[in-house]
Amino acid sequence: MGVRTWIDSWPVYRQLTGTDPLGRGAAARSGPTARLTPRVASADRVVKSICPYCAVGCGQNVYVEDGRVTQIEGDPDSPVSRGRLCPKGSASLQLTTGDAREHHVLYRRPYGAGWERLDLDTAMDMIADRVIEARRAGWQWDVDGARTRRTLGVASLGGATLDNEENYLIKKLFTALGAIQIENQARI
Amino acid sequence: MAECHPVGFQWVMEAKARGAKVIHVDPRFTRTSAVADVHVPLRAGSDIAFLGGVVNYVLGHDKYFRDYVVAYTNGPVVLGEDFRDTEDLDGVFSGFDPQSRTYDDGTWQYAGMEVRAVSGERDRDDPRGAGGRSVSEAARGEAHGSGGADIGAGEPERDETMTHPRCVFQVLKRHYARYTPEVVERICGVPQDLFRQVCELVTENSGRERTTAFAYAVGWTQHTVGVQYIRAAGVLQTLLGNIGRPGGGILALRGHASIQGSTDIPTLFNLLPGYIPMPHAHQRQDLDSFVRAEATAKGYWGEMRSYLVSLLKAYWGDAATADNDFCFDYLPRLTGSHSTYETVLAQLEGTCKGYFLMGENPAVGSANAKSQRLGMANLDWLVVRDFSLIESATWWKDGPEIETGELRTEDIGTEVFFLPAAAHTEKAGSFTNTQRLLQWHHQAVEPPGEARSDLWFTFHLGRIIRDRLAGSADPMDWPVLDLTWDYATRGAIAEPVAEAVLAEINGHDAEGRPLSSYEQLADDGSTVCGCWIYCGVNADGVNQAARRKPGTEQDWVAGEWGWAWPANRRILYNRASADPDGNPWSERKALVWWDAEQGQWTGHDIADFGRTKSPFYRPPPGARAADALSGTDAFVMQADGKAWLYAPAGLTDGPLPAHYEPQDSPFPNLLYGRQRNPVRQVLPSRPDNRYQPSGGEPGAEVYPYVATTYRLTEHHTAGGMSRWQPYLAELQPEFFCEVSPELAAERALEHTGWATVVSARGVIEARVLVTDRMTPLTVHGRTLHQVGLPYHWGPNGYSTGDAANELLHLSLDPNTHIQETKAFAVDIRPGRRPRGPAAPALVRAYRARAGIDEHTGTEP
Repeated sequence: MGVRTWIDSWPVYRQLTGTDPLGRGAAARSGPTARLTPRVASADRVVKSICPYCAVGCGQNVYVEDGRVTQIEGDPDSPVSRGRLCPKGSASLQLTTGDAREHHVLYRRPYGAGWERLDLDTAMDMIADRVIEARRAGWQWDVDGARTRRTLGVASLGGATLDNEENYLIKKLFTALGAIQIENQARI
Repeated sequence: MAECHPVGFQWVMEAKARGAKVIHVDPRFTRTSAVADVHVPLRAGSDIAFLGGVVNYVLGHDKYFRDYVVAYTNGPVVLGEDFRDTEDLDGVFSGFDPQSRTYDDGTWQYAGMEVRAVSGERDRDDPRGAGGRSVSEAARGEAHGSGGADIGAGEPERDETMTHPRCVFQVLKRHYARYTPEVVERICGVPQDLFRQVCELVTENSGRERTTAFAYAVGWTQHTVGVQYIRAAGVLQTLLGNIGRPGGGILALRGHASIQGSTDIPTLFNLLPGYIPMPHAHQRQDLDSFVRAEATAKGYWGEMRSYLVSLLKAYWGDAATADNDFCFDYLPRLTGSHSTYETVLAQLEGTCKGYFLMGENPAVGSANAKSQRLGMANLDWLVVRDFSLIESATWWKDGPEIETGELRTEDIGTEVFFLPAAAHTEKAGSFTNTQRLLQWHHQAVEPPGEARSDLWFTFHLGRIIRDRLAGSADPMDWPVLDLTWDYATRGAIAEPVAEAVLAEINGHDAEGRPLSSYEQLADDGSTVCGCWIYCGVNADGVNQAARRKPGTEQDWVAGEWGWAWPANRRILYNRASADPDGNPWSERKALVWWDAEQGQWTGHDIADFGRTKSPFYRPPPGARAADALSGTDAFVMQADGKAWLYAPAGLTDGPLPAHYEPQDSPFPNLLYGRQRNPVRQVLPSRPDNRYQPSGGEPGAEVYPYVATTYRLTEHHTAGGMSRWQPYLAELQPEFFCEVSPELAAERALEHTGWATVVSARGVIEARVLVTDRMTPLTVHGRTLHQVGLPYHWGPNGYSTGDAANELLHLSLDPNTHIQETKAFAVDIRPGRRPRGPAAPALVRAYRARAGIDEHTGTEP
């Protein structure tokens, strides 16, 4: 470090000689502070998204670095939200990357006392078998002489937090299976 | 709105900065009240009396927008001679059948109309002899979504002077004549001066030059008269000319990112995509008889066959042909209501054996939460897809019934699969926000571990099931095997391509070219479209929902951000923003107008009208569907092209909103001999779902306080997306109730101490927040205290507490089957609730003291 740099690093000197005589701005700025950058500055890319909480539909910018989401902020371009997010939207980084999220399939066997691990493929196969069985058990070709072509064996609840494309597939599949007890939060 | 939709509320504040007056009507003083010009605390459950009072003021003081009402509403239409109002029959309309607890709407019709030609095939004449019961149960009033039901053929008799004693306008006047400021004060607890101030502010700000908007959070729907709450606002806004115009409207502030989308592309029992009703079981029903019964003769619902055939083609592709009715018979049929609450009953009965929960937490988030858990405890299997171990995934080991000893883990046979869900950042797709705006979210990263999107789950579940059933000759399996289910996938986890699903929703023609408008849909099988109202979202093969031209680079309509259904229109029925000749009612409120030189509608928004249909067009005799709409029929989805001040069809509980008390209420109905909505849907009074005595009935005094549930800024519905976030848990760390200092003194409740809240269904404990944000009201001449209960909690996560939904009953709106969570009656006492078996014992002791049995509160 040269003498000049050494003297410049002394806040009192900067306060007396610089543009900040009150010592509340540039004069008081430390090296570490000067080196600070926004946590989004090193992001590899910014992905355009929409807040997953309420139905206002605020725009979100999702910052990704090394294949991980590092920050979620309001999107100033959105004419809906103009860059703002509420406390929930602002917490969506925790929602998506927090350690409260489960990353593995869990299984509770009938009359079981606790969870067990199950791999995803096995779980999918078991669920498919159960759907086929419950569908048949609850099948009704007709009710009081009128054709119904349906099952009361399988029901589903959920969709208001899902994408339109997801709801479309759910309704399509379950309708083809003959299930009618398909519902979501919009009823509640 | 500042609490639950804070970012949307910035526009209210923008309006206020430009001089708008903000009125907040709510039992509680909230963050909205804090910045409103006027806060009107009222009794929860009394809104129709309040709104009816404003309607009476508007009519009595000639404050309605006469030219608008005459041109665009059914105000001038004359009703048939047989109609009788609640004023004539002490609280019921004509056509009431106390036995079946239903209305026959035959006497509600317009004069001069033919009897509905199709009514023989309508569900009211159900061949099984059940009358209209099973269909009126089936949420039919909700079908058609953006428009009214059919009204039959013919031209209604009209009186342009609106003086005919049987015209809608005069019927309306008589219906609301007794909703005076004095009555509003007695029922709602709103002082007359304050009420008159609201009336004056609303009417001064409505007319040619000005418009007033109503915003409601969906708490308005959560009443046994929920639909009629919104109808009451509809009547008022239509009288004032505030529909279809900028700054007007009735804005439903919905609570989930795509709850509008999940209604449009429904995961709902009674609807197919685009508000086409699910078929009801009939003998010998085919596609043509279904369409004849459901389509309207006039307006865009006249094209229902095109919408439905295009949907069947999207579902069953080449298997759907004209020869086989486009596989119409593959659709399962309803017999009555199969709503989420009937599903719980079916679980308790054992008919429903398997249950999927996809991003929903009914164990604490649905009314009468105990029934929800007991239903799940009776299943063969349960699949829970969520981020964390919500209460609906863990009730079998740590739910309230385990603590009370009512259930034992080792006795519960339900097999439970918990599958972790992908977050919105880990999948691509569209949300439809509360203003019908589709916005695409792009995928940022891959989902972690075994987390998957619901797109992945549903697609692969279907793929496995289809593999299992391949080769089956059983006709039961044909709809599954014939299903078009060949979506492209990508990546290591084989995620379906969401854009491919969007393209199917949008639809294409016979050559595979993307469609750009539902007006292109055909009924001959040559077009494919998964949801007709979303047709155009992929126009030109471009994902219009992903458009993101910055708002600062657009005009105030911002039509190039996302895509709004239908046809990217931002304000529905905006033809009404112009006068009958097609000129804006005022320059200040111009939105769309007729350009005579160009021969088309133009303006800031896309006209919700035939683009080249002149205001002076009059349909030739015999015209049908859209062609039958005249140049002044602004309400293009309605069967008569008019906004309905009076609903001659489509509602199960009356053509006009009338004030009834909530299912559980400490007060008698001041206006009619009927205490409650006589056709509300009362689910069986099981021991866990007892109803309370009300008003003057003995035992009502056991539950003397009105309670209401609501949300906070810092949490989200039943907490599945907020109670596990440390930031949010820190902001609102536990369940609490809000009470006034007066109630605290009356019941010895201590600020930050504990209170126990009891209903006939359950008992919960909450931290006490003593605050003058809760105002004691004078109702029926006596003091009423209200208890505020945010409903976000359950025992899991970082922020914990009892679930307010333990207290709720299952008495529902008869049109929508939505529960009454916004107004009920409770008792409150100091201290924590009992533990173990003593908790249900306390609830039973209250019931005994109130004399409650299975008949209490169930009468029509």
